[in-house]
This record gives sequence, structure tokens and C-alpha cells, in this order.
Amino acid sequence: MRISTKYWTLLFLAALIAVTPFFFPSGYYFRVGSLLFVNGLAVTGIVILTGYAGQISLGHAGFAGIGGYACALAPVHWGVPPALAVVLGAAVSGVLAYLVGRPILRLKGYYLGVASLGFGILVAMVLNNERALTRGPDGIEVPDLGLRGLLKDWGLNLTNGEFWYVVTGICLLIGAWIALNLHSSPTGRALRALHGSEVAAGTVGIDVARVKLQAFVISAIYASVAGSLLALQNKFITPDVAGFLHSVEMVTMAVLGGVSSVPGAILGAGVLTLLPQVLTVFAEYEQLILGLVMMLVMIFLPEGLVPSILRRLRGRDE
Amino acid sequence: MSLLEIQGLGISFGGVRAVNDVSFSVKQGEIVSVIGPNGAGKTTLFNMISGVYQPGAGSVALSGEPVTGMEPFRLAQRGLSRTFQNLQIFQNMTVLENAVTGFHLQERGPVLADLFNLPGSRRRARQAEEGARALLARVGLERAADREAGSLSYGSLKRLEIARALAMQPKVLLLDEPAAGCNAVETEEIDHLIAEVAASGVAILLVEHDMKMVMRISNHIVVLDHGEKIAEGAPAEVSRNPDVIAAYLGTEAEHADG
Ligand SMILES: Nc1ncnc2c1ncn2[C@@H]1O[C@H](COP(=O)(O)OP(=O)(O)OP(=O)(O)O)[C@@H](O)[C@H]1O
Ligand SMILES: [Mg+2]
Repeated sequence: MRISTKYWTLLFLAALIAVTPFFFPSGYYFRVGSLLFVNGLAVTGIVILTGYAGQISLGHAGFAGIGGYACALAPVHWGVPPALAVVLGAAVSGVLAYLVGRPILRLKGYYLGVASLGFGILVAMVLNNERALTRGPDGIEVPDLGLRGLLKDWGLNLTNGEFWYVVTGICLLIGAWIALNLHSSPTGRALRALHGSEVAAGTVGIDVARVKLQAFVISAIYASVAGSLLALQNKFITPDVAGFLHSVEMVTMAVLGGVSSVPGAILGAGVLTLLPQVLTVFAEYEQLILGLVMMLVMIFLPEGLVPSILRRLRGRDE
Repeated sequence: MSLLEIQGLGISFGGVRAVNDVSFSVKQGEIVSVIGPNGAGKTTLFNMISGVYQPGAGSVALSGEPVTGMEPFRLAQRGLSRTFQNLQIFQNMTVLENAVTGFHLQERGPVLADLFNLPGSRRRARQAEEGARALLARVGLERAADREAGSLSYGSLKRLEIARALAMQPKVLLLDEPAAGCNAVETEEIDHLIAEVAASGVAILLVEHDMKMVMRISNHIVVLDHGEKIAEGAPAEVSRNPDVIAAYLGTEAEHADG
């Protein structure tokens, strides 16, 4: 039963990604779409860390920064092809998450939040200050992925917007598939168990420190790949990608949509990516309305959009 | 051979001795009960044995090996399992999933297999789920399998914890007031279940306020009062012991005063 829920979710997501472009009024919307998918990917990582394992991070943008700058620097300095630079960035982020996670995951609640925040700030600082390598706050160009040209040679001619829409859409689907696999797997159950009660998790033999660390590393890799995709499609990156605001944005998206649910978090990413675009018509009131929407959602749907709505629907059934 | 052996176990909280110099052992297939008035230190004793608290003094041995102060998950790997007086249920999961977590040590595998839903991961999860369903049936919760754990009654949650603990196929099982909140019929069922588990060779350490149940199923009783072991022996012996009677009468007198 749970298996079919998983594949329904993925099928629905895939259909949505495939069908919406037919309603795009202009090519610009492909860009908005791929931005949404990249955010959705990063936020899916947050679901694993925060929704499953109950651990908070306010520094995950640091890993997005590492993924992004890996694509900017590795091809230029070490001749790594950009596609491999994504993998390299993910590997560096994973190792770093392991090293940072070991000491800080012993902390709980807001202590962990502040410690992870420190990590994010550290990465942003390095990216800002190591001008010789990163060119500092003004940002740096990122080489072309090269795949679009290849597809063109094979007769598949996509605009840049279309191409990134497809690539990021596929990456989001894969990311969602993996996160949903994890949910009802032995490791995912261990993560959700320690979220429920660390004492009881220990008593049934779960090595709490170890599985927490696994969740931290996995979610760091999600953020890193998202950062890489962002850098590659923009062909440019600034240290802001690793900044505090980006970390907070990830958590906000996840919580708004429903941090315990993959489709919820992706919806959260969707709402917070699209709303600013829609709200531009309100000019100076944009931020005000955005803030108001977020407050109202959290007051009336405290579990986030998707879980709260599902619960109400189910409640009506019974 | 004693599966569980504790020697001179003690702990203090802010200078107050909650448990002091307690020793006893539990053999394979034996049911040993720890009784004593409220606040005697029974739960604290369990917490030290299961690694939730670090003992201030003394030692714990499992199957003859020293395990004092070891982390709970390592003790679980060595065959120790427990339930909690004040329920430690995974409220964010279904009843079935709660029981499945008891199979963690059997179902865990490489995390990559779990991420990519490889056949090995699926098989392990399926086996654990089958085992969990059988155990839920054994404690009478099979019909509640897909409900959220938080929606069950106190007595049902107690039985869910027992199912989760049994899933680990422990060598030593600590039960902290398993029948609390259960009605007479449920208590009797738990009573049978405990006897059955002991008969299969598990060493059981039981804390229970239902004296009829304790007297009926225990092989051996240890009496605690103010953290000290004041008596031990067979049920009949202990119930005649003047110190034990005084301890219990004492608390009744206190109740009467208060
Ligand atoms: N973590 C702790 N910090 C401080 N004091 C504690 C702690 N745990 C237990 N105590 C104290 O130790 C004493 C023994 O408590 P414990 O819970 O072990 O009693 P008990 O025999 O299980 O009682 P009950 O029958 O009510 O469950 C009590 O005085 C209690 O207040
Ligand atoms: Mg107690």
C-alpha cells in the first residue's frame, strides 16, 4: 500500500513537470520552473534531516555554496568537466558534513541550529574573502555544462530555458524518489524513530549518533547538488548562495509546505518560489503579503500545507 | 548461568542516594521481580542496567561480560531489551512501524541499498514487517496496525512496547510496570505472555505494582526501599518478611497522614 503511495506521488510530480510547460505564456517561465525544481531538491534534503530525523540545520546553504563553487572552480583550475564537478562538489560536501556533523549533531534543538548556522557563515566568509580563488563578493562565471550542445548534435534542439527545465526536473524527480525510498526503509525508520524518542531508539539498538550523521551527510549532498545546478544554469555564482538567508529560505520552504512530507516540502518550495513572482504586481507590498501568507499558513496549518490538508481530508472521511 | 548480574549498583542525584548497593542476578528463563513503594528506586535501577543512566557505583554483567555504563544501543546489540514505565513510543509513526523498529538490528543494512530501494533493502523491510505483524497479533494489537501510535489507549501502548521489546529477541528483558493501565483481562494476558517468554529461555526482570501478579509469576523477588535492598527471596518468603511488611505499611501510614 505504501509502495503505491510513493509511485503515485512520483507519477503526479512527473506529470506536473511534463504538462505545465504547455501553459507557459512565455519562455521566461521555464526559468522560473527550473529555479523551483532546484529549490525543491534542496528542500527535499531538509525533509530527510529535519522531517525524518528531527534535526535542524541553519547552515545548509553552506553546502549549496560548495556545490556551486565546485562547478565554477574545478573546471577552470583542474580541468574537471562540469558534470564531474557536480559529483566532486557533492563528495566534498559529504565529507565536510561528516566532519562537521560528528561534533555538532551531539547538540540538540536550537543549540544545533546555532552551531550549524556558524558553519554556514564560515563557508560564506571563505567564499567572500578568498578573492584569489573565488573573486569575492562580486561572484564568478561558471562554465557551460556542455550537454545542451551535445543534444543539439543529436538533433534535440532545446532553448537554454527548456534544457534546464528538463535537467532540473529530472534531478528533482530522482531526489524525490530517493527520499521517498528512504522514508519506509530500515534507515528511514530509524531516523523517524529517533525523532520520536531518542531514548527508545537507543533501546531498540539504533546507533542514534551514526544515523543522525547519515541523514546530515545525505541532506548536505542534496543541498550541494542543488547549488551546483543553480550555478550551472545561471552560468554565474556569488557567495550569497551560501548565505544565511538562503539557509533560512530552505528551512522556511520545507516547514511551510510540510517538513515531514516530500511532496509537501516541494510544494513549499513552489509556493515560495512562485509567490514573489506573482506578488510583483503589488510592488512595495510584495514582502508584506509574503510575510502575511507565511504567518497565516503556520497559524492555521501548523504542520505545513500538505500534512495539515491531508489530515483534514482524512478526518472528513472518518 | 546468570544472564544478568548486578553488583553493588548505586547512584545519587544531587547528593540524594536514589539507589544504594543493590546486588542480585537473573538466570535464563527466570522471572525476578523488583518491588517496593513509590520512589524506592526501581525505575532508576532499570535505567542504570539499560545504560540510560551511568551508575555511580557497582557493576552490571550480561552473560558474564562486564557492560557497566555501556550505551543503550550497544546493550541492545548484546541482547538486552526493555520497556518504559512512562511510555517511550514513537508517536510520529504507526503502530506497525513502532513494532518494526524492534527489528532494527535484524533489518538494518547498507544505507545505499535503502536510498536506492535495492532488493536487499526491500526484503529486509518486508521480513521485519511480517515479524512485527505476528508480534502485534501476539499482544492483541493486530487490528490497530495501521493506526497512528498516538491514538492508542495507555494500556494498548504498554502492550505495543512489549511487542517492540520482544521483536529484539532479547536474552534479558526488563519490564517496568507492563500491566499499568490495563484492565483485568489484559493484565491476565500480559501475565501469560511474560510466563511464555520466560519459558522460552529469556531472563526477565519485572517491576510491577500488581502484587497478585508478582506473587503468581515470580521465581524470585527483590524488595527495594529508599534505594536499598531490604529483602529478597521466593514470593512466599518475601511476603512474610517483617521488614517488607513494615516498608509497605510505612508507606500506607504516610498516605494516611498526607
Ligand atoms: N533523573 C533524576 N534526577 C533526580 N532525581 C531522580 C531522577 N530519577 C529518579 N530520581 C529520584 O530517585 C528516586 C527513585 O525514583 P524511581 O523513579 O526510581 O522510583 P520507583 O521505584 O520507580 O517509583 P514508582 O513506583 O513511583 O515508579 C526518587 O526519589 C526520584 O525522585
Ligand atoms: Mg518507577
